[in-house]
Amino acid sequence: MTRADRVAFDSLLAEVRPLASAAARQAPGEVRLVLEDASRREEVAAALLERGCRFACVFAEDRREAEGAFHLYDVVEHPEDSRYLVVRYRIVPERPRFPSISVLTPAVNWMEREVQDWYGLEAAGHPNPRRVALHDHWPDVHPLRKDFAIDTVLPPFEGEPHVFRETVGEGVFYVPVGPVHAGIIEPGHFHFAVAGEPVIYLQLRLFYTHKGTEKRFEHLPFQHGVFLAESVSGDTSFGHGLAYCLALERAAGAEASSHAQTGRLVLLELERIYNHVADIGAIATDVGFGVANAHATRLREFLLRLNEELTGSRLLRGLVCPGGLRRAIGAASVPPFLEKIDSFAREFEDLVRLIEDSDSTVDRLEATGTLPPGKAGDLGIVGVAGRASGQDRDVRRDHPWGAYMRHEPRVPVFPHGDVLHRMRVRIEEVRESVSLIRAAALDLPEGPPAVALPPAAAGSTALAAVEGWRGEILHWVRTGEGGRLDRCRIKDPSLNNWPALVEAIPGNIIPDFPVVNKSFNLSYSGNDR
Amino acid sequence: MLGILRKSIRTGLVTIGDPIGSFNPPPAWRGTPRFDFAAWQDARPAAAACPTGAIRVEDGGAVRRVTADYGLCIFCGLCAEACPEGAVRMERELELPAASRQDLVVGAAYEIDAAGLQTRLVEGPWRGAPGARSVERTGAAVRQAVRKLLGRSLAIREVDAGSCNGCEIEIHALNNPLYDLERYGIHFVASPRHADMLLVTGPVTRNMELALLKTWRATPDPKVVVAAGACGISGGIFGRNYATRGPVDEVVPVDVYVPGCPPRPESLLYGILLAVGRLAPARAGAQQQER
Repeated sequence: MTRADRVAFDSLLAEVRPLASAAARQAPGEVRLVLEDASRREEVAAALLERGCRFACVFAEDRREAEGAFHLYDVVEHPEDSRYLVVRYRIVPERPRFPSISVLTPAVNWMEREVQDWYGLEAAGHPNPRRVALHDHWPDVHPLRKDFAIDTVLPPFEGEPHVFRETVGEGVFYVPVGPVHAGIIEPGHFHFAVAGEPVIYLQLRLFYTHKGTEKRFEHLPFQHGVFLAESVSGDTSFGHGLAYCLALERAAGAEASSHAQTGRLVLLELERIYNHVADIGAIATDVGFGVANAHATRLREFLLRLNEELTGSRLLRGLVCPGGLRRAIGAASVPPFLEKIDSFAREFEDLVRLIEDSDSTVDRLEATGTLPPGKAGDLGIVGVAGRASGQDRDVRRDHPWGAYMRHEPRVPVFPHGDVLHRMRVRIEEVRESVSLIRAAALDLPEGPPAVALPPAAAGSTALAAVEGWRGEILHWVRTGEGGRLDRCRIKDPSLNNWPALVEAIPGNIIPDFPVVNKSFNLSYSGNDR
Repeated sequence: MLGILRKSIRTGLVTIGDPIGSFNPPPAWRGTPRFDFAAWQDARPAAAACPTGAIRVEDGGAVRRVTADYGLCIFCGLCAEACPEGAVRMERELELPAASRQDLVVGAAYEIDAAGLQTRLVEGPWRGAPGARSVERTGAAVRQAVRKLLGRSLAIREVDAGSCNGCEIEIHALNNPLYDLERYGIHFVASPRHADMLLVTGPVTRNMELALLKTWRATPDPKVVVAAGACGISGGIFGRNYATRGPVDEVVPVDVYVPGCPPRPESLLYGILLAVGRLAPARAGAQQQER
């Protein structure tokens, strides 16, 4: 049985009583179930969790005008199924609440609170129901409701942006950091409670870069939405652009051209290695090994230039499009490209040797910022951080599409959960990506770069999953009238993974925070949207 | 230790020569849209193709005004694809950073016929301000200014006021051994208190507005501000909405605008050098007033 044939949901759903009576519908990459109301959501969640499921994403949409209700969605993954289970609950405007399942699975903590903020639907029984996406001093608005205009000008924000939880004890003091940080990085606020050197509690305040992205998608034509998707998180331009295009293709019932399917694999892996190399260098620099970082940034520049030689863009932008790629990767460009990939691979091994041979570097990284596998499992941590903490997940292998059906990656997993192993996961993944690129580039079919998409019927929905370099990216779309989307939900892996930092920091000293944070290297913009 | 030395020696010198003077992107580079206003017969397809609304067509009776704003442009090339007659072409030159927002806007006015085709150029083509700049000459002049005014030292505080992190990737690239920004006496600092320049990316979000303003106030005078990227200049593809204020200059005064999505390292470097050349006039007082 190949991985694409795994269908655990087929038998599993019959065992979950509230779901058993609902008719399951198949769609590309998903199993869909619709429940009339959310009253049995806890029972459903408990049964799914008991059977080894993970809640990947929770979100809502405002369908009051078309269907007289809000819809709440749970996107669920099972290790033995190549599809995602998408359970939809109807929530009528007269009773704007749903039972929270954050106590059962803390993985959905922030996402349930997002639903509260965006739509004004109460997550009843949530252990910490405060705002998460809208800062506390925002007025009482719910921006993703359809009757909230995107260009609403809100009054200046006044009052306390956030009251942090108290940490009490002898000698405890607070260190507030951000949103403007010391390095060239994105904005966010970290509130450390410290006793002596070690941190005892960390609270995060994010969403400083919230820029109305999901709402903005509803106002752009499909083709232009690609560029917005590429700006969800600039370091993941290709990954997010690709997820968006895959979702549109699935909504239209089409597939990208065969040339594009393989080309997309090459480009997604290029994005992975240019980011991983930079992270490896940055981890070295945060423990004082500047020479290694000089080599790493040199290699990253080599890769950015290679990106440009192949695609015209250093960040792989403006190439993916609904139906394929805007331009073909010419057969003549493959041999010189692969020569450069080989020379990168040699240089990369030199870099790895420099770092792994430096005892003082390895010593600083080992057992620093540890996220135990148990906690990573409870929080549903994905991607690099998940795999370094025993979570054996990778969309490319578990939910394959396109060329990943033929080119299955080997997935490195370590149980240690420290900075060292988050770095080692990256090292292994760069090696794996290099061999995927080699194999796929030699296997690149000739043909048109893109197919013309048939128009999607208004009201169609689709889900796409892509393993970006940070981890699982989900885009869920509902098509609307006039070549626009009615809803676009973006789930960057950072939204799953930020809470991991809160668990990995306590017991470490503040001077180690930068290296721990860098080892996760989560996106602020992707999280905040 | 020996391994480190061996690797360094084997790697040799990788720093490139003057990045601006020797600017030579690969053939696949998408380039910059250039407009042949005199030959342009119909600007509407290009305007419809533009994802950010950088190309605008305004018809008033028999007269059409066409403008293209490099401050909104994300250099995707869709306008050139939409213009088969070749009036819009992607050329192998950088759109240079400008010291005034208007300098990033080009345009022309036409007479149009009943079918909406542009029949005669009646005004322009124009650019916000006349006069072409030579890259090398300005670069050299500005470098002299850095030396003179700041003793070869410029301290930059980078502020991400809501960016997607794309601009930050290219700002980071300035620090790599190839671009080696420090050779110009320019370095990034951790505190606005130590900075001569704020390099700001955006769109400025409502949640970052106050932080940006406080950072600007914390930066001692004289100071200059560079807004980088389409979002920082104009709000870019995000525009102004309930969550964003849009352009950086809505919140703090901006001296130089660096177009791009994101701007290439060469553009960023040019913009930084251009801004330093403006340090003397800025000192005269325009920025002293407290906002």
